[in-house]
Amino acid sequence: MGKVLMKGNEAMALAAIKGGCDAFYGYPITPQNELPEYLSKHMPLQGKVFVQAESEVAAINMVYGAAGAGARVLTSSSSPGIALKQEGISYMAGSELPGVIINVMRGGPGLGGIQPSQADYNQITRGGGNGDYHVLSFAPESLQETVNIVKESFSLADYYRNPVMIAVDGLIGQMMEPVELDQEINEKVSPEKTWAANGESAKRGKINKIVSLSLDPYELEKHNLKLQKKYHEMIANEQRYESILTADAEIIIVAYGTMARIARTAIKSLREEGIKAGMIRPISIWPFPSRAFKNLPTTVKTLLAVEMSLGQMRQDVVLSINGQLPVEFYGRAGGVVPEASEIIDKVKSIIGGHKNEN
Amino acid sequence: MKTKRVYEPTKGLTERALSYCPGCTHGIIHKLVAEVLEEQGLLGETIGVASVGCSVMNYEFFNCDMQQAPHGRAPAVATGIKRVKPDKTVFTYQGDGDLASIGMAEVVHSAHRSENITVIFVNNAIYGMTGGQMAPTTLIGQKTSTSPEGRNQLTTGLPIRVSEMLATIPGATYLERVSVHDPKHVRLAKKAIQKAFDVQTKKQGFSMIEFISTCPVNWGMTPTDSLAWAVDSMIPYYPLGVYKDATKPGDDDA
Amino acid sequence: MRNIEEKVIVAGFGGQGVMLMGQILSYTATEEGLNTVWIPSYGPETRGGTANCSVIISSEMINSPVVPVPNTIIAMNKPSLEKFEPKLTPGGTALVNSDLIKDYTFRDDIIVYSVPCNAMALSLGNLKVANMIMLGAYLESTHLFEVQAIEKTFNKLFVGDKAKLITLNKNALSAGIEVVKKQRI
Repeated sequence: MGKVLMKGNEAMALAAIKGGCDAFYGYPITPQNELPEYLSKHMPLQGKVFVQAESEVAAINMVYGAAGAGARVLTSSSSPGIALKQEGISYMAGSELPGVIINVMRGGPGLGGIQPSQADYNQITRGGGNGDYHVLSFAPESLQETVNIVKESFSLADYYRNPVMIAVDGLIGQMMEPVELDQEINEKVSPEKTWAANGESAKRGKINKIVSLSLDPYELEKHNLKLQKKYHEMIANEQRYESILTADAEIIIVAYGTMARIARTAIKSLREEGIKAGMIRPISIWPFPSRAFKNLPTTVKTLLAVEMSLGQMRQDVVLSINGQLPVEFYGRAGGVVPEASEIIDKVKSIIGGHKNEN
Repeated sequence: MKTKRVYEPTKGLTERALSYCPGCTHGIIHKLVAEVLEEQGLLGETIGVASVGCSVMNYEFFNCDMQQAPHGRAPAVATGIKRVKPDKTVFTYQGDGDLASIGMAEVVHSAHRSENITVIFVNNAIYGMTGGQMAPTTLIGQKTSTSPEGRNQLTTGLPIRVSEMLATIPGATYLERVSVHDPKHVRLAKKAIQKAFDVQTKKQGFSMIEFISTCPVNWGMTPTDSLAWAVDSMIPYYPLGVYKDATKPGDDDA
Repeated sequence: MRNIEEKVIVAGFGGQGVMLMGQILSYTATEEGLNTVWIPSYGPETRGGTANCSVIISSEMINSPVVPVPNTIIAMNKPSLEKFEPKLTPGGTALVNSDLIKDYTFRDDIIVYSVPCNAMALSLGNLKVANMIMLGAYLESTHLFEVQAIEKTFNKLFVGDKAKLITLNKNALSAGIEVVKKQRI
């Protein structure tokens, strides 16, 4: 199958179906509405479940229920709605249930706005709910990458028995781009869900329980340590990133999602002017690809975190480089999408500073 | 001498000892639900949803697949399960704080969608597990740890009658309020549970059985006084009976 | 392959079909094997207020999907022209709906085509095809695609009940092409 022009939200919906999604539970919020709208038509056609819930809170708890019964489940929302879903996400992490959450991010805090933003970074990567847990999180830059990751996410969720979040900004949800929906992807083999509370206890000969409660602190600690072991496995195996023109770079921009694409344009211009700029583009934001920052070439003098938020990802860059290089920052907030020229100006001012020091 | 077995515990409950306070009627209600599931042959294909409150640990007691839900969300969790497993029996077991306060939206909308699930609603007019705070169902004048002078209608409103409210919802198929304060009412309560699961098996939609229950510890009464208070104070405000039975044509306005 | 790097912003009132104009360009680009990105303005402003979309069509991989500096703007009303004319690259092209934009002093470093697309659409019998007249004008001013390529997109988009609109839209496209041809002379 060739490339088709699709809107991001619809492409993600179709990718979810292709990823084997059995059920969708969601609640309307801009700028992700085309996703549930698409599924409301296409899931029933395939004999699959679509439910418009009464709230984001109800939706994620439906996801929790269906995931507990062994289904491949999806919900989608945008930033304030994702905040509401944190209850269920924490329960899913605690009771080790797979599930996919798509977050089409908009500006905050509070009701904020509806224009593209990356200000959910901390909410996503620090775990927005209670407890010591992590959600495997990916932030693709193009519709093609988004579609592939959405498809793959269901098997990743099953493999790790953990929620997976796909975080895109509103621009990716709203834009149209040609995509190939049937590209080969590396799917993890999903283990059989022998743990599911699916009403098969008679056949199974034992009771299955989906529970995150443990009143004995020592037992609960043991459970937490087991979860940590899983998170360490994710840190070892799921760091994903792209290094672009870093080999001779003087300055390395760190940016993800739409921001990375804009940075690509900036880097092209800077290179044409003889400024050696490169980029590390995180594709997974949890685990953050710290590995990309090991053994950087000695030519690198500065890192520059660029975000559609005000320094949230920069903190991870600082942790990753561990004091070995300065980490500058440029970002816009509230739904303002920076132009490449703003990044170019920032880079030039940093490089100018270097020259003055020399 | 030959012995004849005249009674044995239901297979619907595990052998785990119940964790409820002396005199609390959760135990009776657990047993009734478990017996009905066993007698209707549903136990091995049922998924129960535990809520938050005194019955939070009931996944240890019911002898079927169980999932523990966040506070108030049991009907949403049950919806999620039922939609992907439409041929399984799905029930929630919730208290009045869980269902009538933090989870009001979930139960109302599950009824609205006529989710084919059964809700077991245990109303004891108080938050038990957290230490006896006022619930939406607490009676006027009733003293609790957050209404020390007695519930005041002016500042906290009137107690919510859930069955009456849900009866106004077209999607609700079967609603009945029962009590377990004496053997006769226990038998009637069991019939109500049978009816509710029957409604679900026949895929007729949303069913809820509300139980008038007691909380001797937090009410500050003996178990016997508690039963008397339930009869004298609660039932007059929360009358027993069928509030909705849409399984019989023309009987929608119960 | 042709070397193409086109960045166009299409803007107008909600209801003038500006989103569809942009989408037709992106659909056609996709069919032609080019890279393309279509980005809409979104939110309440698209319902009754001003609407716009930006389209990039490129033979190269598209990096930044946003269009701060367009090569071409299509302004279906005056507020849209006022908003986007200052952003137009020097030497760029502005296609304007001259039925709704009068008494306007244009920048002197851009090419302007005035298309009375409302009146022309009415003479074709349907005001709604003003956007397709403008699309024809755009096509003639840029020569980005053959007319047949756009017509192929029409055939794909207008199906079922809408299939009967194909001829009208093709006529509108041709009318727009002619207007620009004449202004070139």
